[in-house]
Amino acid sequence: MKIRIKFAKYGVMKFIGHLDMMRYFQKAVRRAGIDIRYSEGFSPHQIMSFAAPLGVGIESYGEYMDIEVLSMTSEEDMKQALNRVMVEGVEILSVNVMPDNAKNAMASVAAASYQIRPKEDGSWGAFPAKDLDGRLKAFYAQETIPYTKETKKNVVELDLKQGLYELSADADGTVYMLVNASSSGSIKPAMVLEKFCGSIGAEFSQDAFRITRLETYADLADPGDAHKFVPLSDAAE
Amino acid sequence: MRKLALSDDILMRVEKPARYIGNEVNSVMKPKEQAAIRFAMCFPDVYEIGMSHLGIQILYSMLNEWEDVWCERVYSPWVDLDKIMRERNIPLFALESQEPVKNMDFLGVTIQYEMCYTNILQVLDLAQIPLYAKDRGEDMPIVIGGGPCAYNPEPIADFFDLFYIGEGETQYRNLFDRYLENRRRGGTRQDFLRSAAQVPGIYVPQFYEELYKEDGTIKGRRKLYEELPDVILKELVTDMTNSYYPLKPVVPFIKVTQDRVVLEIQRGCIRGCRFCQAGQLYRPVRERDADRLKEYAMQMLANTGHEEISLSSLSSSDYSRLNELLDFLIEDCSRKHVNISLPSLRIDAFSLDAMSKVQDVKKSSLTFAPEAGSQRLRDVINKGLTEEVILKGAALAFEGGWTRVKLYFMLGLPTETEEDIKGIGDLSNKIAAVFFDTVPKDKRVNGKVQIVTSTSFFIPKPFTPFQWAPMCTKEEFLNKAYLTKQGIMEQLNQKSIKYNWHEADASVLEGVFARGDRRIAKVIYEAYRRGCLFDAWSEYFHNDVWMECFEACGVDIGFYTTRERADDEIFPWDFLDCGVTKQFLLREWKKAKEQTVSQNCKEQCQGCGAARFGVGICYGQNAV
Ligand code: SF4
Repeated sequence: MKIRIKFAKYGVMKFIGHLDMMRYFQKAVRRAGIDIRYSEGFSPHQIMSFAAPLGVGIESYGEYMDIEVLSMTSEEDMKQALNRVMVEGVEILSVNVMPDNAKNAMASVAAASYQIRPKEDGSWGAFPAKDLDGRLKAFYAQETIPYTKETKKNVVELDLKQGLYELSADADGTVYMLVNASSSGSIKPAMVLEKFCGSIGAEFSQDAFRITRLETYADLADPGDAHKFVPLSDAAE
Repeated sequence: MRKLALSDDILMRVEKPARYIGNEVNSVMKPKEQAAIRFAMCFPDVYEIGMSHLGIQILYSMLNEWEDVWCERVYSPWVDLDKIMRERNIPLFALESQEPVKNMDFLGVTIQYEMCYTNILQVLDLAQIPLYAKDRGEDMPIVIGGGPCAYNPEPIADFFDLFYIGEGETQYRNLFDRYLENRRRGGTRQDFLRSAAQVPGIYVPQFYEELYKEDGTIKGRRKLYEELPDVILKELVTDMTNSYYPLKPVVPFIKVTQDRVVLEIQRGCIRGCRFCQAGQLYRPVRERDADRLKEYAMQMLANTGHEEISLSSLSSSDYSRLNELLDFLIEDCSRKHVNISLPSLRIDAFSLDAMSKVQDVKKSSLTFAPEAGSQRLRDVINKGLTEEVILKGAALAFEGGWTRVKLYFMLGLPTETEEDIKGIGDLSNKIAAVFFDTVPKDKRVNGKVQIVTSTSFFIPKPFTPFQWAPMCTKEEFLNKAYLTKQGIMEQLNQKSIKYNWHEADASVLEGVFARGDRRIAKVIYEAYRRGCLFDAWSEYFHNDVWMECFEACGVDIGFYTTRERADDEIFPWDFLDCGVTKQFLLREWKKAKEQTVSQNCKEQCQGCGAARFGVGICYGQNAV
């Protein structure tokens, strides 16, 4: 049976990296007594996979992982059993049985939404929070948003516009964005922030922002059609 | 939500921030008001090492069982954070409450190896606690040391208020009650230390003075108060089965050295190898009941979610119900998809069968620890492993499909000759030959056998028969390693043998600390001042700085290492009693020089003195 688990990761847990979170859940599943399926072979491992890795330092209320189980009582029981063995800062939000032919979480990931707040005084440099939305809209209206991504091996020219689906701010200066998070063409919120700060002449430092992932989405649209984003937990078909 | 001691920008900058945030599964949070005693338990090395230590897990859980005590953990901040904390003057904090260690009532330090001494000073320094006990004010925590190195506490005595000699399970409640009583009465720090000195196993170094003869050896000790004990007897658990065991050990987020459930099946060792300190310190052997262990295994796996379990003891093969326990674990764990990591067992048909059930034979290796290359030298060190047994075990293993063998030896053992060293290569070669004799060509999996021979340098330790023995110089050590290498190169099967050896510098330093006295403290202090830290990590070990410090402090290394001690010399640790008597150790030292072996506790009691505890292996036998 395929199970999709949605969880939140916040507080001090934002300092736990992706691989350590996987180890954490492997042990948590055992503590919760979940009848998880194991692979065959000499050193069997749990059938468990995660959707989109989350960077260290980022909180999230929309993380997903898939597991396969041999038996279970109910979704609610499993959610409670898991929540009983969680540490502070990890919370199981939902447990859903998926159809057997459902694509796994990782392959389904199309987009993710983020909320961004400046950490210190809540300001965006010289800009009053109420002007922010207008500025962002103007930034977003550009035809292209070229970005040079330097990795250890090479330098890639990207157009952020291609993967930036929504960008706005509310009156208290909280920014909201929806970006491509798929294996092809994913965009990090920090890239967008960096370009935006550059465009308004503000200094950019990743430390200065508190970034929270709100949700991870699948795209149910047929190829070529307009996007139809739904949370991974609802992407059953 | 807990507030962290370190800001986000610091945590994002350092390697592995998970080392500093606490919050792990089974870590203990308590309401502050409820905790009359705040205890910071420290392992002075990096988190991943410290978290792997069973002793800390035992004490941490045990202390937290008491409602009025909150025990938290502290480890050495790694070099990156160390630097930031100094720059920004951030006081070292405990992981659970994230509050400064200097605000606690106690700072307990477990001292497992000598090379952590500068890290002890780092912890004190970062905690903003004066390094020397004499400089600590009324509001500073009581700094208490324990663990195997506390059996010669003198080199670090100046830095501690108290030492706890022996097994931690027994006297902490007594100590805490005296602390609370002293507080109720409005007593001073000194008042508490005087009271603590009355607790069995507790040593208060500042109440004693070490006196020296003209030749630098020890004349005796002077105590400050009449009521102080002259000799401090180690503490020991009398009933292993019913002693405290942590069924909910803390589960770290990051990978640590020992990332598994650990079952301590027994304490102590019957064997009496003459180089081994643990074999003497933990006498007599006491077993934990197998049925109890089975229960513990199931509960601990359920409480932690670990996917691996291992057994802990000095010599698991000697545990009386080992077969039964292993059968149970193999059965139970395979159902739960839990791996079993077997401790090094004596290689025989039974252990090979068990191993083949729990590990991939092709990938795993077998371990033998002959410790010395010749039978003569093995008799000197009382290592009852013969060549015949090794070769038989190897043949059995090769038949079972194993192709990798690890061999451990020591160089620089008392009376060692070139002949003995040559024996290391010979024995490695013979094992390779056994492979080619046993396994027909068409059955050789990778076509070959792999033998890894490793040597470490012998360091004489207190409370062993070799505490009188001279240690080698660095040059002698390196020469011996060179001879070993040559001996291996000359072998017919040298292509199948890989040779590893240790650095010699650190061994010399360890030798000084191991048998040092109070005069060593100033060298440690000076080395720390000059930047020495994480000396157990070869990339951070600066031998040149240490040598300068010995020079500057006028301390002669050879006095502590290469000097052979007279039979009646008073040692810095003689005021401690670890259960075995000095007469017994001297008897063993003489037998060693005559190459006479001693039987183990099961065969024939040797009258070591530990029978006075009236427990374990000595009990009901003809112990003398
Ligand atoms: S008294 Fe005898 S049996 Fe007991 S530990 Fe010593 S040698 Fe072994």
